[in-house]
Amino acid sequence: MADLRDLYQEVILEHSKAPRNYRELKQSDKKAEGYNPLCGDRFTVYVQLQGDSIQDISFQGSGCAISKASASMMTQSLKGKTKAEADELFERFHSVVTGKSPSNGDQPELGKLTVFSGVSEFPARVKCATLAWHTLQAALEGTQEAVSTE
Amino acid sequence: MTTLAGLHENPTQVPHGEVSDFDIERVRSDFPILQQKIHGHPLVYLDNAATSQKPRAVIDAIVSYYERDNANIHRGVHYLSERATEEFENARKTVHNFLHAARPSEIIFVRSATEAINLVAQTYGRAHVGAGDEVVITAMEHHSNIVPWQMLCEEKSAKLRVAPINDEGELILEEFERLLGPKTKLVSVGHVSNALGTINPLKQIIKLAHAKNIPVLVDGAQAIPRLPVNVQDLECDFYVLSGHKTYGPTGIGILYGKQALLEAMPPYQGGGDMISSVTFEKTTYNKVPHKFEAGTPDMSGAVGLRAAIEYLNRLGMENIEKYEHELLVYATQKVTALPGVRVIGTAKEKAGVLSFVIEGVHPHDVGTILDQEGIAIRTGHHCAQPVMDRYKIDATARASFGLYNTKEEIDALVKGIKKVQEVFG
Repeated sequence: MADLRDLYQEVILEHSKAPRNYRELKQSDKKAEGYNPLCGDRFTVYVQLQGDSIQDISFQGSGCAISKASASMMTQSLKGKTKAEADELFERFHSVVTGKSPSNGDQPELGKLTVFSGVSEFPARVKCATLAWHTLQAALEGTQEAVSTE
Repeated sequence: MTTLAGLHENPTQVPHGEVSDFDIERVRSDFPILQQKIHGHPLVYLDNAATSQKPRAVIDAIVSYYERDNANIHRGVHYLSERATEEFENARKTVHNFLHAARPSEIIFVRSATEAINLVAQTYGRAHVGAGDEVVITAMEHHSNIVPWQMLCEEKSAKLRVAPINDEGELILEEFERLLGPKTKLVSVGHVSNALGTINPLKQIIKLAHAKNIPVLVDGAQAIPRLPVNVQDLECDFYVLSGHKTYGPTGIGILYGKQALLEAMPPYQGGGDMISSVTFEKTTYNKVPHKFEAGTPDMSGAVGLRAAIEYLNRLGMENIEKYEHELLVYATQKVTALPGVRVIGTAKEKAGVLSFVIEGVHPHDVGTILDQEGIAIRTGHHCAQPVMDRYKIDATARASFGLYNTKEEIDALVKGIKKVQEVFG
């Protein structure tokens, strides 16, 4: 049986209550809106690029604890990363939350994001954990329409 | 005849009196799906507004139909086709009696309550709503009683008017009345709100509309499983219901319409069964209800719905109403008493639905934690986004009750909510 504490780890709860980089980036080069119609989660992700690097990144919106904590920790992890590095990190993150790759030890690159490995036991919540990341991709690709998890 | 569980075996011993006669243990034993554990806990199914579970009588009726009676209806001269036709038409009579309609031909089998509303929008609506005309709905409607009218209004350059609700989730009747005018061609209103539980004052609504010769469609998807309904007493012009929310199978719904209206309406879909004769030059349409039932219908669905209605009749809709009302009052008291929990939808007249939000916790997280306790609730906007906007929230957690729920299950819900608050404490 899946344990709730695997999903709602302290770090996740803490980020959901006090999200980091939770603001509008007035000078953002890129932004996109992401929407999860299942639960009504809605976030805007702002990115400021310098060349190919993410100089600043922030988000705003509302959603469940998992989606908010994921957005918060994503912004922390990506500052200073290149677009290619961001893509690679999302790929690793995605495979961990969907249970496609082991989460312990083998993923040093993921760093703090490994706290989301518990999501893999709760398939209905994978979309919550990945919403901010999908939104970021849309922002970097310059997609105009809001991305939806459905 | 197949031996069925529970009440079916003793139809003469039906409780008609006090709710205490409502033998809940026996009722629960009629529902095979309830006898299981989820995540190690007994299943507490509180998502009945989304779909209800099915009693053994319904499951057996469907199996029996396929094992004994299946053939295409209204066409074969062979014995099985006659028997299948009889089963199907008997189901129509059962629905007709259940709704207290004037005649069986006023009962049309459709796929769902949603399809029933679309049918009226696309036939009656397209024939009667023109440029500048108006259709009136309320602010508490399910998307299925919003979007079909939006589509119609867009096509016809007509206007969708929305009667507002107050903070308790009750329709503001004066505002509703003010919206009714010479341009209003139809009123479409829910009987019981799926998001708030509000029971609308249908008689007053219908009286106000009829005073101005405006027909009224009632979306009864949430009301039919919970309240006795008499369409002739209500004097509504159309009434729609869902089979699967009424302890029957999926894929079947009902449109009730007054005979004269149905006869004057153009057909919905074209095909077999809805015609009297076809040549390449001209087709003569069949009479109602067949005019609206193109193609082979969901025969086993109709048989299953009949079994569900017979099951409800055996329990007695008055008993069900009374029992569920007790559950709702109990749940409302218990949940309202919890600190940090707010009930959304506090109308004086309510049925079956308890929507709530927990301070500092998103409903989706509430749903996941309750699920780990074996408690199934719905979280989200409940296909009623305008209701969420009205209360300036994104979503709610919704417990919705059925005739097999118990006070012990509500206690489990309350315990679950406390656990949620612990996790997020």
